[in-house]
Amino acid sequence: MSSHRLHIRDLTVSYHRVPAVHHVTLEMQCGKSIALLGPNGAGKTSFFKAMVGLIKPETGSIELGGHGGRKTHHDIAYLPQREAVDWDFPVTVRGLAEMGRYTRLGWWRRFGPADEAAVDMALATMELLELADRQISALSGGQQQRAFLARALAQEAHVMLLDEPFTGLDKPAQDLLGATLRRLAAAGNLVIASHHDLKTVPELFDQVIFLNGELIAFGDTTTTFTETNIDKTFGTLAFAGEGHHHHPK
Amino acid sequence: MIDWICDPFRHEFMLRAFFGCALIGFTNGCLSTFIVLRRLALMADAMAHSLLPGLAVAILLFGLAPAGLFFGAFVAALLVALGTQLISRSSRIKEDTSLGLLFACAFSLGLVLLSLAPVRVELHHYLFGNILGLADSDLWVIYAISLLVLPVLVALERPLFLTIFEPSIAASQGVPVNALNYLLMGALVLSMISSLQAVGVVLALGMLVAPAATIYLFSDSFSALFWGGGLLGMFGSCLGLAVSYWLNLPSGACIVLVLGLIFLAALLFSPKYGLLPRFFRRRHLHEQSLARWTNHGKA
Repeated sequence: MSSHRLHIRDLTVSYHRVPAVHHVTLEMQCGKSIALLGPNGAGKTSFFKAMVGLIKPETGSIELGGHGGRKTHHDIAYLPQREAVDWDFPVTVRGLAEMGRYTRLGWWRRFGPADEAAVDMALATMELLELADRQISALSGGQQQRAFLARALAQEAHVMLLDEPFTGLDKPAQDLLGATLRRLAAAGNLVIASHHDLKTVPELFDQVIFLNGELIAFGDTTTTFTETNIDKTFGTLAFAGEGHHHHPK
Repeated sequence: MIDWICDPFRHEFMLRAFFGCALIGFTNGCLSTFIVLRRLALMADAMAHSLLPGLAVAILLFGLAPAGLFFGAFVAALLVALGTQLISRSSRIKEDTSLGLLFACAFSLGLVLLSLAPVRVELHHYLFGNILGLADSDLWVIYAISLLVLPVLVALERPLFLTIFEPSIAASQGVPVNALNYLLMGALVLSMISSLQAVGVVLALGMLVAPAATIYLFSDSFSALFWGGGLLGMFGSCLGLAVSYWLNLPSGACIVLVLGLIFLAALLFSPKYGLLPRFFRRRHLHEQSLARWTNHGKA
């Protein structure tokens, strides 16, 4: 599984013919957790939406493990921002994970024992078995993120795209989610999360993508998460966190 | 007393009305799940009002033939829905504004056209329903609509469920979200037409919202909402009709009021999401923590 690659070639995404992301070429390896960094309006959400097929790219292609096209529907799971979800919806944690199976089952095929097992497995991996019968608003923020990850696992997705998953979580919940994402990556998944808190990038992610309309830089956090790249991406508003940053005057 | 209770069930026209009510209530009740969860209540209200000019045009063209009425209403609702999209997409006017504007105009147009009708038209039958006047042809329309709408909703339960929960994830998984939304709109217009006879255009919203809103206060299961909404819609409509007979009150209003009262009872007493149980539970918790706190102070 870890030999899977997500290969993006010359991707351009436009709204009403105004490009939001230009000519991005990237090759990402499954087994990594990656932060997608960039200021507001940098095209992070457009980038995600193009990857899951919500927007048709103007140019370029997205391929997973060598073959593009239809297959990526199952293989890529998209986790929207927390505000986009109606948390009062009548669904339990288990019900949410079961939705992941529907992608595989189509509209009419029966929900069988194998699906049941996949759901149990996903809930167990996300440590949600005890909360399985809770309605989704009766969860903490971190548990809600894990419930959506359980849905992605039940779907057997290899690539998980998370839109600002750490927003609004307190420190312990953030650490727990960070550990969960690393565990998912270690198991061979590719985890990409848009993220705005630059201070926490080094502890949470293996790699970083700097995006501002175009690709600024991509690579391991240790080598690529540098002041130069941050400044290039965020302009003069850049803030690299604790102590070691000097604002250019 | 028993005589008084059984009286409405002795007349043929009442049995026919009960039968119509049960079908309409069930179909609308099932559909109410989608209206409540997708927050379409205002949209549905606007569509219901915009049926009127369609009815009026149909009466002017074809007289009171049910098939004509049916198509007139359907076309009018579709035109308002499309017009709303057209205005909101092509200008800076937002969707709720264009919807409000169009439906008020459509309703007024309906009133004007009806006043021009050559045949005498009982306006309040269209506004508030006339379930006691159900003709055979009306029953056939109601049958046909229920037979069309219910199986489609049941067959597409899974993709509809994914769509109304989170459209963007559903679309990312290959669910045809737009097509399903249009289908839902179509089903909505059809069941509104079927409920015209029972409660009229002004009160149609009651049957399309109350059942699922009530069950929503009890259950966290989508299926329970769907089927429970249907059963409650059926039961509430029949009870409302019976009440209107017993007390000699207008039937459409009684149906909506009975559904409303059941909702109110649920709002107050539902063990899970009701106001009173929540109020007492909170106090209970508070007392517990107070006790723990004072004990802690003693220790």
